[in-house]
Amino acid sequence: MSTVGRTTPIHTTEDPVAKPRRERGMLFMFDPLLLLAALGLVACSLITLKGATRHAMPGHPLYYVERQGIYAAIGVLFVLLLSRIDYSRLREYRYGMYGLLIALNIVVYGMPAIRGSRRWIPFPLFQIQSSEFGKILLIASLSAFLVNRARRLTDWSTTARIMLLALIPAMIVIPQPDLGTGLVYVAVAFTVLFVGGTTWKQLTALAALFAVAVTFVLAIGPAVGVHVLKPYQVQRLTGFLNPSHDPRNQTYNITESLIAIGSGEKTGRGVAHATQTNLHFLPENQTDFVFAVVGETYGFVGAAVVLSLYALLIWRALRILTMSKNLYGSLIVGGVLAMLMFQVLVNVGMTIGIMPITGVPLPLMSYGGSSVIVTFIALGLLESIHIQARMTAAGKSRSLVS
Amino acid sequence: MIKLPEDRRLPMTPQLALRVAIIGSFALAMFAILFFRLWYLQVLSGNQYVKQASINRVRNVSIPAERGDILDRDGNLLVDSIPANAVQIVPSDLPKSGAARRHMYRRLAGVLNMSTKRQKCPIDGRGVHRLAPIPCAVAQEQAQLPYANVTVKTDAHQPVLWYLSERQAQYPGVEVHQVWLRQYPHTTLAAQLFGTVGRLTAAEVHQRRFRGASPNDVVGQSGLEWYYDRYLRGRDGADRVQVNALGQPSGELRARQPVKGHTLKLSLDLNLQKAGQTALQEAIDSNPPATAGAFVAMNPTNGEVYAMGSLPTFDPNIFAKPVSQSEYEKLNNASSGFPLFNRAIQSAYPTGSTFKGITSTAALQSGVWNLSDIYDDTGVYNNGVGDQRHNAGHASYGALDLVQAIKVSSDDFFYNLGRLLNSDSLKGGALQQWAHKFGIGRKTGVDLGGENPGILPSPQWRLDRDKLEKQCENGTGPYKGHGKHTSCGIADGRPWSVGDNENLAVGQGDLEATPLQLADAYSAIENGGTVVKPHVGLEIDSSDGTLLQKISPPASRHIKISPTYLAAIHEGLHEAASQSGGTSADVFAGWPQSRYPVYGKTGTAQHDNQADQSWYVCYVPDPNKPILVVVTVEQGGFGAAAAAPAARQILSQWFFGNRGKFIAGSSKTL
Repeated sequence: MSTVGRTTPIHTTEDPVAKPRRERGMLFMFDPLLLLAALGLVACSLITLKGATRHAMPGHPLYYVERQGIYAAIGVLFVLLLSRIDYSRLREYRYGMYGLLIALNIVVYGMPAIRGSRRWIPFPLFQIQSSEFGKILLIASLSAFLVNRARRLTDWSTTARIMLLALIPAMIVIPQPDLGTGLVYVAVAFTVLFVGGTTWKQLTALAALFAVAVTFVLAIGPAVGVHVLKPYQVQRLTGFLNPSHDPRNQTYNITESLIAIGSGEKTGRGVAHATQTNLHFLPENQTDFVFAVVGETYGFVGAAVVLSLYALLIWRALRILTMSKNLYGSLIVGGVLAMLMFQVLVNVGMTIGIMPITGVPLPLMSYGGSSVIVTFIALGLLESIHIQARMTAAGKSRSLVS
Repeated sequence: MIKLPEDRRLPMTPQLALRVAIIGSFALAMFAILFFRLWYLQVLSGNQYVKQASINRVRNVSIPAERGDILDRDGNLLVDSIPANAVQIVPSDLPKSGAARRHMYRRLAGVLNMSTKRQKCPIDGRGVHRLAPIPCAVAQEQAQLPYANVTVKTDAHQPVLWYLSERQAQYPGVEVHQVWLRQYPHTTLAAQLFGTVGRLTAAEVHQRRFRGASPNDVVGQSGLEWYYDRYLRGRDGADRVQVNALGQPSGELRARQPVKGHTLKLSLDLNLQKAGQTALQEAIDSNPPATAGAFVAMNPTNGEVYAMGSLPTFDPNIFAKPVSQSEYEKLNNASSGFPLFNRAIQSAYPTGSTFKGITSTAALQSGVWNLSDIYDDTGVYNNGVGDQRHNAGHASYGALDLVQAIKVSSDDFFYNLGRLLNSDSLKGGALQQWAHKFGIGRKTGVDLGGENPGILPSPQWRLDRDKLEKQCENGTGPYKGHGKHTSCGIADGRPWSVGDNENLAVGQGDLEATPLQLADAYSAIENGGTVVKPHVGLEIDSSDGTLLQKISPPASRHIKISPTYLAAIHEGLHEAASQSGGTSADVFAGWPQSRYPVYGKTGTAQHDNQADQSWYVCYVPDPNKPILVVVTVEQGGFGAAAAAPAARQILSQWFFGNRGKFIAGSSKTL
């Protein structure tokens, strides 16, 4: 039934003679467009970083490019590895994954603060951003919890439990502070419920509850003198503020980003003439505002190429969702879709001034090992779901023929 | 096999199909919005943003200029610069809370592999604290230059610099900047001459010498770097861009290239300098307990310094990195012999019998002694007021005229001249007057800075010292608030006496002169009365080697000395170095005196409680390559034993290109 399953005789349902053919067939069952879209985005990222960071590290113009390339290579290895295993086995590890998610995000509170935020666990040669790895752990474990309650999907208690399981890590992550990732967790939970089949009534209630909570914390509370949060926290949260941790700079960041993207016009100003990028008017130009660099340097054409690649990625993910051999797979794809769409919408929206500034990285484009590797792990799971679905379908058709 | 319900293939229910369609529509809407917004921003209103971008015009980042090189007279490289990346702390960007700052310092020390142990840390105006090296460096620099960056490390490995640059958020206030570091390929060679470079200090900002330098600039702080700073400094460049109204940069991103400083060519001769330091080291090593010394070799006609050295020495390359407190103390310590000290211009000593050339000139010019006068040296000298003195080893030289007295270095003869030249008038007599003309007791004006003027004892000087002693004992005047003392050891309170002048006549007593002063005085004796201004700088060249300016400072003054008298003194000096019975004749055994006649005078200065100091001054008036050499070896014994042999080696290197053997003389005169 699965490549992993086949190693344990109990689960073997196929004729052993069919094995070699299936083994060879796995490569063809890969979704090439999904991986191509991801590699296309990595290529865009490397080209953009090459221009934007060529003076960032004295004497080493390719510093960021080389590292981003290495991160992507590690990510692709994860894709190849994950696509060979049956994702369904992950269900057994749901408690472990959830525990790891909580543990990783609590451990960072013991780590040194970096510009006032604690998000990273330092290792001798690298550091990992635990909330990033939390995303994929949450998707895999939350989907598993929901599958376990598949028979009571429409119960209020199921919905409440799943939301609670997502809100706990979100509440841990938000004060790191990493509001953006906290919101990704909530979006993931909501989408997993949505795909799982929670009733419209409950979904509407959840959305309403969320709207009321946000309105109260940010608007009504302070207006009537109930300060749920301290003023600086409200300030930080107002309009989903950014965790760039310097609220005074918000309008500055947004203005400079708009100028950068706008001045790119149709075909961009080119690497040498992209003054917003070169002169560092754009903050964090290799991470959060990398899309603004694309916009300034390569214009509407460049931005459209990048967005099209995301569209391709999302279309392939939706297709895999419909193909999945079981509910667990569909839920995982739903979670990954939520993660990708949320990040693209919020990050690109932020750089073009239609979303508040939050420190959400643009998947595969923003410089950063944790984000790139986690995105590839998610894509690896998608490939695994795709291959498993194709194999199941092939097995069925074969059994029908024979 | 029984399938678990959850594992069952999910049929594509209408409900799921609907929800997937909803997600798809949402994605479609999302991309539509993003595309539309981008179209609006970039295509419809791009013009307006281009204009705004062009207002974001200039960003300036200073690029430090490379300091000019320093070459010897033949163009050999003595000092140049290498680029390095310095880890610097910008105090104003440091975390405000003390705990966060200390935490950051600890992490930074870990990354840079520096100690976090608390050590003694003297801070200007705030006493001595106990701090780890990084906070100590910050505190010390802050006390002097509140707004300057503090360089913590200059030799960090590249991966460490990348690590820091990538994680600037984790190390607030820590920056990596490109800097130029001085490099000294010949390590200890002429180390004290070059001096040091450092950040412009608050006091220096308004000095004319440093006009045009900005507060974070590195300027010369001592030695040649200080004296010729305006030529060596160069002009910093700036990384910036000018954007025109169309939003296009009008120039390259680097608008102003840094301009390297000019090259300073010295009159030093690399080989002679090497030979001099080796010869001096040999003189020190072969005459225990000697540990220190100095030498000067110069052109007596124009003051060009060919070589100047001081031992013990040090390797100035250590100053390329921030120097730790313990290292610095090691360099400023009696046990290491104060290697930073340039003894050729900063240490003043009694010069012993080498002073007799000056005494002779004074005696002849003032008329107290004639060339035909004879003094009978019986080995004992009585000055008639109760003092009895004698030559070293109680030698008696019999009837002497001035020429012979110089040749054998009779102390009795010169005690007698000292008595004859004595005057109780406050300014002293002819000896003080002539010594002053020769430059004793005043700076030579050499282009190195930090010169010691020395002391020319006179009745007035003694009065001043006695007054100072009184003030010190009573705790008044400059010693106000220091309390009373029974004795300060500044002076013994006795008035000027004829004995003082007798001491001065033979270069003893309270006289203090630097080796360079002695060289300058003998230059005037050699060249007929011109007191030249010694200089180490020879030319200012542009960095590509074209001559910009010659350095030939005019002579300090001219002294009128009768040529007849000078000829007699020259004769005495030449006989001393060449004829049997001359004090340094055996040192020059085998020297081609007919080709390169040597004129030399030994000296042995006595100090309380320590071994005698060896001196030698000599010159060879070769028309093509005139040279004058002064060598002194602290605690080196007799002049002929330590200083003269080293001087011969220097002359040998100059004329024959090799040092030859170290030939110690046997003369035991003072």
